Amino acid sequence: MAAAPPTSRLRDGVRAALPLTPGPVLFGLSFGVLAEAAGMGASAAVVMSGTTFAGSAQFAAASVLESGGTVAAAVISAVLLNARYLGMSFAVASIFPGGRARRFLESQLIVDESWALSGRSGRFEWPILVGAGLLLYVLWVSSTAIGTVAGGALGDPSDLGLDAAFAALFLALAWPYLQAREAQQAAGLAGVITLVLIPLAPAGVPLVAAAAACLLGLRRA
Amino acid sequence: MRDVWIVVAVVGAVTLFFKAAGPVFLGRRQLPPRLEPVVALIAPVMLTALVVTQTVGGDEEIVLDARVPGVAVAAVAIWRGASVVPAMLIAAVVTALLRTLF
Repeated sequence: MAAAPPTSRLRDGVRAALPLTPGPVLFGLSFGVLAEAAGMGASAAVVMSGTTFAGSAQFAAASVLESGGTVAAAVISAVLLNARYLGMSFAVASIFPGGRARRFLESQLIVDESWALSGRSGRFEWPILVGAGLLLYVLWVSSTAIGTVAGGALGDPSDLGLDAAFAALFLALAWPYLQAREAQQAAGLAGVITLVLIPLAPAGVPLVAAAAACLLGLRRA
Repeated sequence: MRDVWIVVAVVGAVTLFFKAAGPVFLGRRQLPPRLEPVVALIAPVMLTALVVTQTVGGDEEIVLDARVPGVAVAAVAIWRGASVVPAMLIAAVVTALLRTLF
């Protein structure tokens, strides 16, 4: 199979993720702080950032533990939040070069932001995903470590409007896709499913259920 | 303490599997043609769901707060052609301002 000439390099992926830097840094710091408060201990917090590398699931697990929840509740909420990565991983399956071990390692850099950035040209690009993922990974793990020692000195990331900034990020990345009618219909259905399920189901379930809207794609065949 | 490490290990292992599933097990094989339109919809569908949870999601409830006007202003900017970074800045500034003022 002839490889297409590389249109972007790892460097472009790192550069694409640079504007997002405050997000992982502040959330990483606050995960470290929360994990300490939850009694997880610094090493467990850092290991979790290095192996799970998915902010929302880690926050869910830590907050369940902090509120005295069971191991099962912490695991289930985090796993449900991360179930979306199964679909995202299938979407980018064919862009990873090399052998199985290399694909395994590089696939761990799939995270919402790197995945979304890598598809912004309309087709998924490996250098963007891996370049952006590497930068985000380093920031996430190191700021978690700093957070576990920095304690409560840090302000609330929501004071800076970072939660809204992430919504805007996802919207801006969705926009190019939403020019096609099939995508508009599927996205609309996904939005409705999510809205209906947020009050009814634990965090993570609405995202997973919304993925069912992709099945609208079967109609065209 | 042991409980914490069980959570870290299980969540970590399952997440590793989720992320690796496509690239490792599906690899460069092509999906059946019938599934291609389904996979093409994953990006707009998941991104839209993330927009919704990130804008109005709370702890098992819909929360309408300063995020909503922030994201709404950013949405208008995106519609008028704003790219990712300006859109994020607009949402953050509007939301942070409203939280400071009220």
